[in-house]
Amino acid sequence: MPDLTDRLRPALRWESGLAAVVILILIIGSAASPQFLTGNNLFNLGLTNGEIAIMTLPMTLIVISGEIDLSVASILGMSSALLGYLWSKGWPMPAIFVFVGVVGLAAGAVNGLLVTRLRLPSLAVTIGTLALYRGIATIVLGPNTVSSFPAGYTNLGINAVPFTGNDMTWSTLIFLVGALIFGVVLHATPLGRSVYAMGASAEAAQFAGIRVKRIKTGLFMLSGLVCALAGVLWTFRLDTAVQNNGLGLELSVVAIVLLAGVSIFGGKGSVIGVVLAVLAFAGIQNALLLTNFNQEATGIVTGALLLASVFLPTVFLPQAVRLVRRLGRLRLLAGPATAGQPRQP
Amino acid sequence: MHAEVRPVDSAGSEPGQSDQAGRGEAPPVLALSHAAKSFGAVRALTDGSVELRAGEVHALLGENGAGKSTLVKILAGVHQPDSGTLTVGGRAVTLHGPAAAREAGLAVIYQEPTLFPDLTVAENMFVGRQPLASAGLLKGGRRIDRRAMQRDAAAVFARLGVPLDPARPARGLSIADQQVVEIGKALSLDARVIVMDEPTAALSAAEVDRLFEVVRTLQAQGAAVLFISHRLEEVFAICSRVTVMRDGGHVLTSDLAGLTAQDLVRAMVGRELAERPPEAAGAEPGEPVLAVRRLTREGVFTDVSLTVRAGEIVALAGLVGSGRSEVARAVFGIDRYDAGQVTVHGQRLKRASPVSAMAAGIGFVPEDRRQQGLVMDMSVQQNVALASLGALRRGGLIRASAERAMATDWAARLKIKYGRLTDPVSMLSGGNQQKVVLAKWLGRRPRVLIVDEPTRGIDVGTKAEVHHLLTDLARDGVGILMISSELPEVLGVSDRILVMREGALVAEFTHADASEEAVMSAAMGQAAGGAE
Amino acid sequence: MSTATVAGSGQRADRGGGAGLAERVFRIRESGIVAVLIVFVAVTTAVRPRFLDAANIQFVLVDTATFALLALGQTMVVISRNVDLSVGSVVGLSAYLSATLFADHPGIPIPVVFLAGLGIGLACGIANGVMVAAGRVPSLVVTLATLYIIRGIDILIVGGNEVDASSLPNAFIDIPKDTVAGIPVIAIAVAVVVALGAYYLRSYRSGRDLYAIGSNPPAARLAGVPVGRRVFTAFAVSGAVAGVAGVLWASQYPTINSTAGNGYELQVVSAVVVGGVAIFGGSGTAAGAALGALLLTTINSALYVLGISSFWDQAIWGFLLLVAIALDQAITERLTSALRKINTGKINTGERGTRHA
Repeated sequence: MPDLTDRLRPALRWESGLAAVVILILIIGSAASPQFLTGNNLFNLGLTNGEIAIMTLPMTLIVISGEIDLSVASILGMSSALLGYLWSKGWPMPAIFVFVGVVGLAAGAVNGLLVTRLRLPSLAVTIGTLALYRGIATIVLGPNTVSSFPAGYTNLGINAVPFTGNDMTWSTLIFLVGALIFGVVLHATPLGRSVYAMGASAEAAQFAGIRVKRIKTGLFMLSGLVCALAGVLWTFRLDTAVQNNGLGLELSVVAIVLLAGVSIFGGKGSVIGVVLAVLAFAGIQNALLLTNFNQEATGIVTGALLLASVFLPTVFLPQAVRLVRRLGRLRLLAGPATAGQPRQP
Repeated sequence: MHAEVRPVDSAGSEPGQSDQAGRGEAPPVLALSHAAKSFGAVRALTDGSVELRAGEVHALLGENGAGKSTLVKILAGVHQPDSGTLTVGGRAVTLHGPAAAREAGLAVIYQEPTLFPDLTVAENMFVGRQPLASAGLLKGGRRIDRRAMQRDAAAVFARLGVPLDPARPARGLSIADQQVVEIGKALSLDARVIVMDEPTAALSAAEVDRLFEVVRTLQAQGAAVLFISHRLEEVFAICSRVTVMRDGGHVLTSDLAGLTAQDLVRAMVGRELAERPPEAAGAEPGEPVLAVRRLTREGVFTDVSLTVRAGEIVALAGLVGSGRSEVARAVFGIDRYDAGQVTVHGQRLKRASPVSAMAAGIGFVPEDRRQQGLVMDMSVQQNVALASLGALRRGGLIRASAERAMATDWAARLKIKYGRLTDPVSMLSGGNQQKVVLAKWLGRRPRVLIVDEPTRGIDVGTKAEVHHLLTDLARDGVGILMISSELPEVLGVSDRILVMREGALVAEFTHADASEEAVMSAAMGQAAGGAE
Repeated sequence: MSTATVAGSGQRADRGGGAGLAERVFRIRESGIVAVLIVFVAVTTAVRPRFLDAANIQFVLVDTATFALLALGQTMVVISRNVDLSVGSVVGLSAYLSATLFADHPGIPIPVVFLAGLGIGLACGIANGVMVAAGRVPSLVVTLATLYIIRGIDILIVGGNEVDASSLPNAFIDIPKDTVAGIPVIAIAVAVVVALGAYYLRSYRSGRDLYAIGSNPPAARLAGVPVGRRVFTAFAVSGAVAGVAGVLWASQYPTINSTAGNGYELQVVSAVVVGGVAIFGGSGTAAGAALGALLLTTINSALYVLGISSFWDQAIWGFLLLVAIALDQAITERLTSALRKINTGKINTGERGTRHA
């Protein structure tokens, strides 16, 4: 029987604070520049951040399951390099898509198997594969650059989705659809519940019949596939395949996921938080760009937000909860009593 | 000679009053009087009182929730009491933290010692206070004298009579050895009071004997030992006095001579309890539901064959380390096995596949509730539902209403005490947590239920409830395989008893021809009865 | 693996077995790195003898020196079960600021600039240390954030500028070339610092405390180890050496702009892990980490000399890292199994599920 204290509890969660931040950014942004909330600008936002946004989705599941994948940007780079190389060798594009997809799956599988079969820590493994896959990208393409992809494909990168006006990029659409699917899976399916369980306690999950190894390997493979897709989109957007595509992007992806309130220890987080965090991240970058702030220094704001994401919950939330409890005791927030007595551990 | 035992309805006797008046002994080494501690609205301790004399082994008894662990934490310096006094060696002290407790000469050995696996045994003993060399290479700092550290550690182990190598890494030490390291650490800190919190829960009988030897050595050296245990036979074996707590308060303190186990249980629970767990249903068991044939895992167990029939409770007894849990985990599919087969209702199970075992109708309540049985961060509701997610699904999505209904239903059936279904399961007491684990498996209507140490670390009242539950299940036709190290439980509840020793099945008894001595002898491989 | 542990074989009494075993494993691990190093050097020299001539060795040693310095700081952090991802950004900031000091204040004494670099790094390290120690927040997140923030500050300060080596005093640029008996001065200096660091970690209480913290953080707190203070110090040192490494960096590279030090942090962590420091802390040595740094730099140089495009470089050290952690895991598992069988007396204690140390 939920009382008002219970109903308010969700409101005090990290996601609400994040929503407030996003609104704040919208306000400040539009005050700073009249172009902030235009459709054209939204479109540009989608362009610059679309691939990063897409990569945050499988990363969220991986982090909730208790692991991490730092090789995401290298898989992006590897798929971009393969795309360019095979195209320059005259392969037909559909065949290239299939090949790149398979390579993405394989790259993820390597990560997954090293973590689940050899029981190696994913932080160390993916630092290694980060180098390995970037190295493969470098070996494949060398110092070369491949450009001039057919317009039909590069348009996917730079044009708006038809029938949505001029505001939505394909990458944004993919992200939104993906967020919906991932959200439903994570929050309402047995698979999603299993992911939370194994992040909170891998052993107990195993003892409950959850196939921890299989699911984790699957998550890594999904990440590999999605990053390969991101690599293709990236290449088409820039009309360039080069070995250092996406260099360093993994940190942005991890930063966004942590900003979303997903716990680095696993077992906690939500897709709504990730969507909000993507909006916050993109919004900040964009606002600073429009106000002619040195865009690369937006890292300062990202870093500060990241710090807030870990410090505020340990300070802000307990204070707020205490406040609500005090109000509840004063019967300002009336509600039916709860059943039973909590026993101390 | 005869101890004073107040009837439990009274306010309870004061500690110290059990003294024969005018004996004129030295002041107690430690005296805690009327300590109280609350955490928010929860009053964990209302009247904690205990008094220890030099050279005695003093038992502290009480159900879960009686306030023992809060009292221990006060002595450890982890919590400060809201009221009450603590005197050590006659002087009042306030312990601001674990360091202060150590300095006052108090040491606590927890049930599961936490050592540093990467450091050596000697370093574990002296962490933070390693002996220093006299001359310093760098001015202002003195380096560690490793040889002195080894020597000092070896000397401590010699005093305890245990041949542990101080230079080996702590990694891989058995629980019993880890405890010895902790006790050695306490000795090296000149502890006058050593609190042992359920030290024997994870030890084999031989290790318990060795622990008792160590305790007697500590006694001889003048230390006072506060011994907390749920095993009354041990309490009578090693302790001379006892303090009983109930519902956060002190109930009685007395010499043990002249008291019976019944007296103690009555004091702890406040009501009459059947001495033994309920007898098995005695009905005719049905078809075999679980058949294990020649199960072998190299180095762990060999050629294990057993059958459990519908409606039967089969107990698997043996010493710690005899391979019982390993066999159970292999049957359920958590661990692999090298040879043999497992069939349920005639249908052969896939190796190393918990999913296959669950599909065939096996439920498994593991030994370690907190790490294996429950996801501590998840709610009561989510834990109950964790093994039934498929059944609660419709159109790919979990039905929240069905999940809630399942949890409410089972909580009522098993009489689980909780605040809200959405509370994290970590907030429940040990006994209620175990009920949640049971609810999780019973919700699947298993044909076979394997329970590993079903009542370990649970208070007497809930223990009885769990035993009743198991016999009820058997009456409904479920086949139960129960691993247990508590002989009264093994003998009381089961229809048949199998005994394992060093990885092999060595004996089988029916309920009628079993006795504690016979089971223990088989478990230890001796002709004569061993110590319990 | 022994199969005769069932049925009456009893246990080996613990009389030196465990210690000896652990020692042997440690030696094998350390010599493993040296072995790989020797193989690389041998193969490369066989193909291109000039790999082993003085100029090249000096080059490798100078390159290693900066890297090894960073590895020392990172080792202290990783042993305590933390990680410092901000070192790359600190190197970049320190490199640019020290180069600018020279460019804007010609005639400034070189030691002053080194101190300035140390100071900058120390400030960053202190910031990290305070947040991780006081806030009890995961260091991965904190140092990821400071990686961003420091890099951002660096970009703001640098803008589009860059400092050219020609603006730097000759005495400074010559530092990498100074040698004593054929060995670069930088390498000797760093070797001394690493040796001191190794001695500290092995023989001083506060150094051993770091191992305890990494091996079992809650137990360390319970045991009275001043966890906050130790972790703070580790991060402060890591920042300080990164600051000094930045100054050294400036003396070696022809241009310094806002990309200096990019990506260094992951290379340093790799070197440290390859060198035998467990990623979750509790074990490893400064000497091992320095060897790891030496190995990675040697591979780099070997590839260059062999004419294999440096494009293989990343792939190779990525692969090596994977091999190192897989090997370490296998070794730890085997060691734990073996140690479990060594117990006191003839008590058959066997396994007890999850409870063993």
